[in-house]
Amino acid sequence: MSSDRWLDDDAGPVVRPYTVTRGRTRLREDGLDLISVLEATGVAVPRRARLDPEHRTLLALCRQPITFADLASEIDLPIGVVRVLVDDLRDENLLRALRPTSTGDVPDEFVLRKLLNGLRAL
Amino acid sequence: MDYVHSDAAVRDTAAATGGDRLIAAKILIAGGFGVGKTTMVGSISEIRPLRTEEVLTDRSVGVDDTTGVDGKTSTTVAMDFGRITLPDDLVLYLFGTPGQQRFWFMWDELSLGALGAVVLADVRRLADSFAAVDYFEERGTPFMVAVNCFDGAERKNPDDVRIALDLDESVPLLLCDVRDRESAKSVLITVVEHVLDRTTARP
Ligand SMILES: Nc1nc2c(ncn2[C@@H]2O[C@H](COP(=O)(O)OP(=O)(O)OP(=O)(O)O)[C@@H](O)[C@H]2O)c(=O)[nH]1
Ligand SMILES: [Mg+2]
Repeated sequence: MSSDRWLDDDAGPVVRPYTVTRGRTRLREDGLDLISVLEATGVAVPRRARLDPEHRTLLALCRQPITFADLASEIDLPIGVVRVLVDDLRDENLLRALRPTSTGDVPDEFVLRKLLNGLRAL
Repeated sequence: MDYVHSDAAVRDTAAATGGDRLIAAKILIAGGFGVGKTTMVGSISEIRPLRTEEVLTDRSVGVDDTTGVDGKTSTTVAMDFGRITLPDDLVLYLFGTPGQQRFWFMWDELSLGALGAVVLADVRRLADSFAAVDYFEERGTPFMVAVNCFDGAERKNPDDVRIALDLDESVPLLLCDVRDRESAKSVLITVVEHVLDRTTARP
């Protein structure tokens, strides 16, 4: 923590970026929205794949479909870092996006009605 | 509010859905600084920790020793993030858009795939909401305005607020107190109704 500097109360400590991702930032436009649903493919991890503990944790969390935002929240890493890790796992075909919402598709009428009923019943 | 440990919540949702039927929807809670965004997300949903990073320029750090691995330094910013688990494999996510101008870079990412937005406004400082109203108007994102009636502020006539914000008649406007769960709930219902109206009105 000694190298941390505080900007102000809204920003957390200033950190060296992306230690987990070995300095890589987002590699490509991955088309992932915060509510895109991710799921592990179930493919065995190739021996040559260099997976960090974070990759493995993430993969385990994706055994059941999970949204990108929930994933980032669970693993407690910043969104940008999780993007890179997810990217790595998708490159290895270990993870797939069930619903990439890069097109920004929004729920249809049927879903909206269910949403409304659900909220009213809260 | 109760803090439900997130671990169980996620697994439950996923297990209940059994695969790709999990449907996630997203609503943004926007508005100026200190207008009640965090309060609203907290009163109606299960708040979860979520951080994003902000890349800092040397100047914003105020020191020159900022050579990170790729020459950038970043800081993490906590986001307002909440989820409401509904029946039928449906999960509604709420994201608060950071009020401070320097966090506006996040708005585009947050807006993608959002079904609608709530612009919170403080009766005493309506002008602070102009930016958010403009943003969603320009983007074509369906939105409503929820006016937080802070203590000590007179209850405004909604029509006056509409005029002050130069809102189109089609934009729903509601007076609310988002500290109150029922009030926050009616705000969400109003915005979803609005989105539904727009969807069904389309030819
Ligand atoms: N009277 C009243 N007070 C409110 C209401 N909503 C929020 N507050 C209070 O206003 C203050 C600011 O609320 P926040 O929820 O932190 O506002 P915010 O929009 O998240 O603020 P920033 O993230 O800093 O932009 C808190 O002290 C709340 O308790 C409301 O509807 N009525
Ligand atoms: Mg806040």
